[in-house]
Amino acid sequence: MNGPAEVMGNRGTGRVEQSWRSPSTEAALRPAVDIYETGEGIVLQADVPGVAKERLNLRVEGNNLIVEGSIGIAPQEQMTALYADVRSTVYRRSFALSNELEADRIDANLKDGLLTVRIPKRADLRARRIEVTS
Amino acid sequence: MFSSLGYSESPLFEQFRRLEQQFDELFGAWTPAGGGIRSLPAGTFPAINVASNPDSVIVYVFAPGIDAKSLEISLEENVLSVSGQRDIPVEQSATHYRQERFAGAFRRVIVLPEDVDPDKVEAAYRDGIVQITVQRHAVAKPRLIEIH
Repeated sequence: MNGPAEVMGNRGTGRVEQSWRSPSTEAALRPAVDIYETGEGIVLQADVPGVAKERLNLRVEGNNLIVEGSIGIAPQEQMTALYADVRSTVYRRSFALSNELEADRIDANLKDGLLTVRIPKRADLRARRIEVTS
Repeated sequence: MFSSLGYSESPLFEQFRRLEQQFDELFGAWTPAGGGIRSLPAGTFPAINVASNPDSVIVYVFAPGIDAKSLEISLEENVLSVSGQRDIPVEQSATHYRQERFAGAFRRVIVLPEDVDPDKVEAAYRDGIVQITVQRHAVAKPRLIEIH
């Protein structure tokens, strides 16, 4: 994989670049995400319904955070699809991490198909309040 | 993409869109897999898949991060409706880069095959998917006729 990743946490502009699909990722679903930044770091929440913990593959490759997972639905006998909004069983999306984030201290939690990833900022770069003295 | 967040649309518009969507589902959505002219726009929440075999019809509702108790599922004849609420707390002090996830109340209506038995329904919530299994009436099952 590794199509161009979305840029995450680029400070200043708040701009997040759109990723586009490369042929190898054509079939994967792109999970909807919320991303926000607090004083401590960046929080990413992704909808990955159907993905259990053991089917989630969250990893950092180089500068990219990659969210990957597959939907595990118990196979039923002789099932025929009648209608399908969801046409793939794989989720994949990647985000470029900026270098003030601590990629080796990422904390993740998966509950009811909702993935929450917390990426702390390096302590020396956290926003400090600057007192104004007269 | 941001229509579900409601800051660019009036509540009336939102309601109209929902109504339109429900009409689509009630009267036109019975498309085979492959997608028809009335299939819903990508990103409708929650996404739904329906599969069947001769014994039952299974509806998968992709609704991650909700309280299963807030879900209301009802089946009248062969019209299934699923409604609920997904609350996403917003951190006021944070800088928001992306808000793609659906927040608020949702409702989807879907027409199932006519031979489903509304008295035999089971629902379970696991890993963010609501799985609703409806049994079909026995008469509709194809029988193998033996030749003696």
